[in-house]
Amino acid sequence: MKRTPIFEAARLVFQRDLTLAWRRWDEVTQPLIFYVVVTTMFPLATTPDLAQLRVISGGVVWVAALLSSLLALEALFRSDVEDGTTEQWVLSGQPLGWLLLSKVAAHWMLTGLPLVVMSPIVGTALGLPFNAWGTLVISLLLGTGTLSILGGIGAALTVGVRRGSVLLSLLVLPLAMPLLIFGARSVGMVMDGESPAGPLQLLAAIFFMALSLGPLAMSAAIRISVEN
Amino acid sequence: MDLQKFFEMGGYAGYVWSAYGLTALVLIWNWWAARRSEAEAQTSAQRRSELSREPRS
Amino acid sequence: MWLWFHKLASPPHAYRLLGKMAPWFGWPALILILTATWWGLFKVPPDYQQGDAFRILYVHAPSAWMSMFTYVVMAVAAAVGLIWRIKLAHAASAACAPIGASFTFLALATGSIWGKPMWGTWWVWDARLTSELLLLFLYLGYMALRASFDEAQRADRASAVLAIVGVINVPIIHYSVQWWTTLHQPASVTKMGKPSIAAVMLVPLFLMIAGFQLYFGWAISRRLRGEILRRERNAGWLKEAS
Repeated sequence: MKRTPIFEAARLVFQRDLTLAWRRWDEVTQPLIFYVVVTTMFPLATTPDLAQLRVISGGVVWVAALLSSLLALEALFRSDVEDGTTEQWVLSGQPLGWLLLSKVAAHWMLTGLPLVVMSPIVGTALGLPFNAWGTLVISLLLGTGTLSILGGIGAALTVGVRRGSVLLSLLVLPLAMPLLIFGARSVGMVMDGESPAGPLQLLAAIFFMALSLGPLAMSAAIRISVEN
Repeated sequence: MDLQKFFEMGGYAGYVWSAYGLTALVLIWNWWAARRSEAEAQTSAQRRSELSREPRS
Repeated sequence: MWLWFHKLASPPHAYRLLGKMAPWFGWPALILILTATWWGLFKVPPDYQQGDAFRILYVHAPSAWMSMFTYVVMAVAAAVGLIWRIKLAHAASAACAPIGASFTFLALATGSIWGKPMWGTWWVWDARLTSELLLLFLYLGYMALRASFDEAQRADRASAVLAIVGVINVPIIHYSVQWWTTLHQPASVTKMGKPSIAAVMLVPLFLMIAGFQLYFGWAISRRLRGEILRRERNAGWLKEAS
């Protein structure tokens, strides 16, 4: 029997997830709405004064993006584990890490990417100046990508746990603090007139590290969760 | 150093003593919790081996 | 050599060995800690800058050290358990967690108490304290994950993955927090950890660290014995135990 080449298998997983999401697209928009709602909470909780909000705008956009992404990540593997698809992947003989990575990539496209696209708009509502848009978008692209991988590891570990969403956040958020620091501060730096190159490069380094090591951890975690 | 100065800790008595006091508490807790964890495991292991020795009816 | 290693990993043997080792850790630990306390509180003269408040260093720094040391031990044990499938290693990892979390809590509490006379506030977002706080979150997450599984084997292996991911992250977290604090130079740049102090004032510090390390050895031995008993279903050797 001819074995499917790995890129083909990964592409199939990717397409399947996109198709499934297309059929339930309200699940895709919910994190986005949550994102806007959370960012709205901050001016309501503090002040309508844009000059004051500007100081924390980068941070608020980043925190809201992290929380919204996490919310969506909880269900990443749940349905696949329930209906046995994940077991098939484990048994298929394909490199499990690639399949999982492609699933995470599809998930990111559906949740992380829309958040990044929305971020300049949401940021501007908090007083973020136009010159910070580029940094915001780049930092969030790298950050949400890394978070999807970290969240994928966490989701794989907690897939069988009842009410696992809080546990997932508890596990992933401390690991995501460096992302928050470098990402939000890079936006702050560009608003202060400094170059954000340093933290952005660090974000990129962390992202590539997650990209290379993450699938390993994810496949180990999935195997643990799926084995009986 | 006389006893009075020792207790006062140059005016920082509250801070120094509470810090050392907390340290003592944490160390004592570790001692107590470790022993309790071991003792609990011993009693339940004993119970388990007793049950397995009981003849099945 | 491998035979000894294999023997060590066998639960009944390890159980007996740990039982014999524990007092050899415990008593020296007690002596060292008491000596360090007396030395640090009594013998060392007050610091010319911080007065007597600097004596908190002698409990804060060793706690912070132990919090990080224990996490690394926990992660290494977890990795050994995961890679070579040695149950004893997983048990050791589980035993480390509450010990490490308590040291982290102590480091935070003593650091906070020290901060009040030094900087005037009970909490300050400096690199050391913030890193310790994040480390506490990592410990709590590890323990929460362990607790969420009914099956010991799954709990072991899942938390092992988490511990390994965490330990890789710890240097990143440290560096990022460090970088974050340098962005805004505080008015008084007081280095909390190690002010430049004379060698004689470092003696109680090293004594305390040594004492804490031995204490860790004692606590791990006792907890690990408990973990071994909990995990052993074979009643055979249990009858002779205790």
